Amino acid sequence: MKRSRQILGFFAHGLPLVATLLVVGIIVAIIANFLIGGLPALSWEFLTESPRNVNTEGGIFPAIYGTVLLVIIMTIAAVPIGTITAIYLAEYAKKTSKLAQFVRFAVNTLAGVPSIVFGLFGLGFFIQTIGGGIDNWNHQAKMAELQQLVAAAPSPIANNSFAPVREIKAYLTQEDELKWRKEIQRLNQYEGGESAYANSQLVVTYLSSHTDPNWGKGNILWAALTLSLLTLPVVIVAVEEALKAVPQEVRSASLALGATRLETVWKIVLPNSLTGILTGSILAVGRGAGEVAPILFTGAAFSLAKLPGLQDQFMHLGFHLYILSTQAVNIDQARPLQFATTIVLLGLTLALNAVAIVIRSRIRRKNKSN
Amino acid sequence: MSEQKQEKSEVKPGEFSTASLSLTTKERRFGERAIELGIYTVSSLSIIFIFLIFAFVLREASPIIGYTLSGEQTEKSAELTPEELTRAKEIVGEDYPILTHNSEITVSALIHDKWEPNSTYPRYGIWPIVLGTLKSTFVALFFAIPLSIFAALYTAFFAPLRLREFIKPVIELLAGFPSVVIGFFCLITIATFAQDLFGYEFRLNSVVGGFGLSLAVIPIIYTLSEDALRSVPGSLNEAALALGATKWQAAYQVMLPAATPGIFAAILLGLGRAFGETMIALMAMGNAPIPSWDVFDPARTFASTIGAEMGEVVFGSSHYQVLFFLGVVLFVFSFSINFLTEFYIKNKLIKKFRGNE
Repeated sequence: MKRSRQILGFFAHGLPLVATLLVVGIIVAIIANFLIGGLPALSWEFLTESPRNVNTEGGIFPAIYGTVLLVIIMTIAAVPIGTITAIYLAEYAKKTSKLAQFVRFAVNTLAGVPSIVFGLFGLGFFIQTIGGGIDNWNHQAKMAELQQLVAAAPSPIANNSFAPVREIKAYLTQEDELKWRKEIQRLNQYEGGESAYANSQLVVTYLSSHTDPNWGKGNILWAALTLSLLTLPVVIVAVEEALKAVPQEVRSASLALGATRLETVWKIVLPNSLTGILTGSILAVGRGAGEVAPILFTGAAFSLAKLPGLQDQFMHLGFHLYILSTQAVNIDQARPLQFATTIVLLGLTLALNAVAIVIRSRIRRKNKSN
Repeated sequence: MSEQKQEKSEVKPGEFSTASLSLTTKERRFGERAIELGIYTVSSLSIIFIFLIFAFVLREASPIIGYTLSGEQTEKSAELTPEELTRAKEIVGEDYPILTHNSEITVSALIHDKWEPNSTYPRYGIWPIVLGTLKSTFVALFFAIPLSIFAALYTAFFAPLRLREFIKPVIELLAGFPSVVIGFFCLITIATFAQDLFGYEFRLNSVVGGFGLSLAVIPIIYTLSEDALRSVPGSLNEAALALGATKWQAAYQVMLPAATPGIFAAILLGLGRAFGETMIALMAMGNAPIPSWDVFDPARTFASTIGAEMGEVVFGSSHYQVLFFLGVVLFVFSFSINFLTEFYIKNKLIKKFRGNE
């Protein structure tokens, strides 16, 4: 009896230790694996140059640039909304408030929705509905303008008369070549060729039938907004925790001195929890920088000629790694680049997380002492 | 605290704050009301986002649901010549409708064991994907549950204080690993290592992918279980020890059962993550839609199917609708899990297990 209990005790103590060692061991193994494989390929050139030769040589600068720009836009969108929601939950909501319960449930649900579903949402909502809507609006406004332009006096097809397409093109070129660039290009494909005759109604109908997606396709803005939804719960949870770390006495003192609740929040509670907002932002950036699934079809690109603006597709470290590792033509050549890209991505996210964990543990200690 | 002292020292006795003088009380109150209303509105955004996500993913999948409800399904067979029809039947099989890429399809077209959305006569059977998701989720939990719960027990009860301060952040750091990095690690290192060890046929399969998923799940189950274990009142532990139990007996027979609801919630949330994780499944699982129960066969999941195929699909086609339908399944699943943990476990079970404190 006693002996069997000793054996049981041995396992009861041993299994948790072994499990812990295994988990920590795997983490160390992953990091070591990438450090050993990737450090030799990591160089200043790798960080500052563009990829060459179908991503088998050169660096990853556009991917770093794209990732940074992406998380900056994401933070601008997520942090204010997240902070305000956290202020509501921590400072305004009563414990029994139905709205607060709904908000909390929504935040938890948002945190649990698979990241690929955010990607689908980005595609259906931002790209097709919002972006497509903007495109449609602009297109219709432009077509109305075109209608007026071609129907008015100096136009060769004024007053519903017919003229060769060549002349209509010349007229548009003369009016504003840059503005009607796409329309002139489209007229090149007018059926019957340049000498076919058309009137204003035919021309406008022909040009209206085709829109160029401008906002209605993946770009860095839509991708960042999609990501900001995904990181919103991260911000809310972190900021709420920080707000709760502010001692209740401070609030009471402020209220007792005649300050309103908003003044108390704005001048006393928020300044005292700036580090918490910072933690939330850092955690969100760390999370957002590493997520690939939501940007797969909201704007990430494999290779780009120039650095992106708001309306362009962008390169991304994680997406770059995904493409390099699954679609590389020459595996041996791509391997060092894959490892080095991993180090950069992992280094970025882990550094952000480590900073956030350190700050957060300070907040928690403060929280506990209250 | 230091900022506060500064603020106090700025306002000297006898000095008035001009800000509060410039507005009368009534005006200030009105302004505050407006701002507070703004706070309420912004806070409700999270709720609106959830609705929007569901609505817009559902909207793109709605033709499938609509045709299912109205019972219509168009088939291409009418447009085909008899020879083409026999050929098509040979390819698709007798029991499956002959579809085009723009067919109006119903849920019944999804209940089939072949996923061939890009062939001339496409088939959208999701059975291989269901199997792949089940297999990989099972493997993920098979690795993750014991590892993370034992690790949580160790950190909560057995580890020396200083070691605990080290272990917890390290395991939490794993949550910060981008899933694409874990996927890459499995694709390169684990896949080769495991194949050398077990000598099975396919390098990438649901064991390799499932192991990768477990790495994403471990920090979730670990953190939440550890919190659950530590939130069990210490008096229970002390009572057990006072009655002569050893340290491990108290941990396993008193503390662990008392923390069961919390650990259960942790496992459920881990399950949700494993179910919906995209990049690891996409990279490390071989991505072949094979209707097989064998865990050493390549597999694909709901999420990885969407990730792999959404990029090349024609907008509005039936393939596109099916992929969004898979998205609806993912959303509903994750929503249900969250609903269950939130309203059943947190509200009912925890109270039941703890008694009324």
